[in-house]
Amino acid sequence: MSQPVISIKGIKKDFKVGEITVHALRGIDLEVEEGEFIAIMGASGSGKSTMLNVLGCLDQPTSGSYWLDGVEIGSLSKNELARLRNQKLGFVFQSYNLLPRTTALENVELPLYYNNKITSKDRREKAIEALHAVGLADRMHHMPNQMSGGQQQRVAIARALVNDPRVILADEATGNLDTRTSYEIMALLQYLNEKGKTIIFVTHEHEIARFMNRSVQFKDGLVARKDNFEKRFLAAELLAMMPSNQNLI
Amino acid sequence: MNYSNLLKISMNAILRNTFRAFLTMLGIIIGVASVIAMLAIGQGSKQSIQDEMSEMGTNMIFIMPGDDRPGGVRMSSSELQSMKLTDVEAIKNECSAVSSVSPVVNSNGQAVFGNKNWPSNIYGVNNQYLEIRKYQLASGRNFTEREIKTYAKVCVIGRTIVENLFDENENPVGQTIRFGSIPFKVIGVLTEKGENGMGQDQDDLILAPYTTIQKRILSITYIQSIFASAASEDLNTLAIEQITETLRQTHNIKSTSEDDFSVRSQSEMVQTFTAISDIMTALLGAIAGISLLVGGIGIMNIMYVSVTERTREIGLRLAIGGRESDIMTQFLVESFLLSVVGGVIGILLGLVSSQAITSILSWPVVVTPASIIFAFLVCSVIGIFFGWYPARKAAGLNPIDALRYE
Ligand SMILES: Nc1ncnc2c1ncn2[C@@H]1O[C@H](COP(=O)(O)OP(=O)(O)OP(=O)(O)O)[C@@H](O)[C@H]1O
Ligand SMILES: [Mg+2]
Repeated sequence: MSQPVISIKGIKKDFKVGEITVHALRGIDLEVEEGEFIAIMGASGSGKSTMLNVLGCLDQPTSGSYWLDGVEIGSLSKNELARLRNQKLGFVFQSYNLLPRTTALENVELPLYYNNKITSKDRREKAIEALHAVGLADRMHHMPNQMSGGQQQRVAIARALVNDPRVILADEATGNLDTRTSYEIMALLQYLNEKGKTIIFVTHEHEIARFMNRSVQFKDGLVARKDNFEKRFLAAELLAMMPSNQNLI
Repeated sequence: MNYSNLLKISMNAILRNTFRAFLTMLGIIIGVASVIAMLAIGQGSKQSIQDEMSEMGTNMIFIMPGDDRPGGVRMSSSELQSMKLTDVEAIKNECSAVSSVSPVVNSNGQAVFGNKNWPSNIYGVNNQYLEIRKYQLASGRNFTEREIKTYAKVCVIGRTIVENLFDENENPVGQTIRFGSIPFKVIGVLTEKGENGMGQDQDDLILAPYTTIQKRILSITYIQSIFASAASEDLNTLAIEQITETLRQTHNIKSTSEDDFSVRSQSEMVQTFTAISDIMTALLGAIAGISLLVGGIGIMNIMYVSVTERTREIGLRLAIGGRESDIMTQFLVESFLLSVVGGVIGILLGLVSSQAITSILSWPVVVTPASIIFAFLVCSVIGIFFGWYPARKAAGLNPIDALRYE
């Protein structure tokens, strides 16, 4: 087997709140192979988001080591981390985090502005391509407030995709959406995974986790259990069986 | 990140929220405009006072009886009568720095011509008085030595007298007016001089030979004051010294005693007025400073609030790969653009409102480049700093902390 995309060892994360210290992560080991679609599960407060933020280089662990694509993160400067976030990682938030009063296309273009290798012509082309990939070709010039939650999350996924990252990290990306729309998002992510993208997906819903190959259970800042699913559910199939079609994208 | 990307990001951010941008600029516009207008008013009044003073002649010197020590007017009637014609002669003969000198006696009363009359002042002077006071003849002539010697009943009148005693197309020269009960033949008319720095009408006067006034109106032999002019402005101080020395001699004042007269120069008055107008400028400057402060705090507030409000945006930009420096530069460019555009609009508004003040209130205004630069610089620096500083703080955060900011 080739080198894992992500490899972490003994990751700990403490938060100091006044006098007390919260041990959000208490020693996590995890390896993620290229092309995996992996669920991080667990009860509320078990440390899932904290883990994902560390993996996304949005936050630094208190101790432990993290290799992304063979590079030790702990040794990198702030600017080098920014470059990693820009080019190797794509983050999808529960609350979308789109820039208001900014069209879908411009929102998707945003990461490309911070990538020096991309010319302004490429920028537009790549953003259009990403919006096509998430099925929003006809909403390119819409503002976030003119789109449904599901559509906004698709824009956010397109934004995470646009720099062709090694890994996509999603934190409760379906948390604000109804079942049908959640399935649509999952179908999209499964499609991207099929094409080779590595995806790490935080959720506390078991039905959603069954769309993935593998799940990691967190409990009180530790990995409680790891499962491999022999057969994952296909979101597209489930969608086709759903009775109503009213939520068409 | 390259500069065109950066400019584009900043422009997009401004255009995305034009109303916020407008409010931000408004602080700077009003700050700059009010400071410029305030300083223009201050400079304007100062300038107009100085103009009028120098028109009055800066090398003029006047000598009055009585000492004029600060802290009290102490004049006895004997002191008031202490000045004689011989003093004038002595100054004329002995003070090399003095170019012209004239005695002055004056009386007020009613000037009458036909059925019109006008309350005014008649000044008894010699024929050098016009030169000392920088008056010019519009028509007619000045009086002669001979007329002075013979107590001639002739006079030269100012514009205000002409306007109040004569009809529009009547030629005053050659006519005879009465002052009190004495008839005076008008031999000359002065050009208009307008108001002086203290708002006095300088054209409301009648000039006649001092001998005539002494003898026919006041029945006195002393003179009330002396006007002289230094040969040049540089010689003012020397002239004053020479006059003081001469008068102490003619008045037989012992070296231990005080003068029984006082010598003042016009340039001293100019200095006094300049000092007053400096105080005025300082006052207006203080008002401008306060408006700058208020404007500055306004700019500060709106910049600070809008940047703080955008902490989540900063978090997102960090999360998708913006570097700390990219974000700082973006906000620096944004606040620079807003401050400069706002500042330029502010300058235009300041110029327009200064013009409006002149044309509506007819106050004199002078807009100096220094005030424009000052107002512009201070406001833009405040704007740029407070647009940049909170952004710098936010850009230094962990991306997740900026994203979570509420
Ligand atoms: N910034 C912070 N400061 C202090 N404590 C924090 C912070 N972020 C997280 N924690 C604590 O760390 C622990 C793990 O939080 P985390 O957000 O990772 O949980 P989670 O598994 O994502 O929960 P949920 O399912 O509710 O999102 C919690 O006890 C939380 O209170
Ligand atoms: Mg969470």
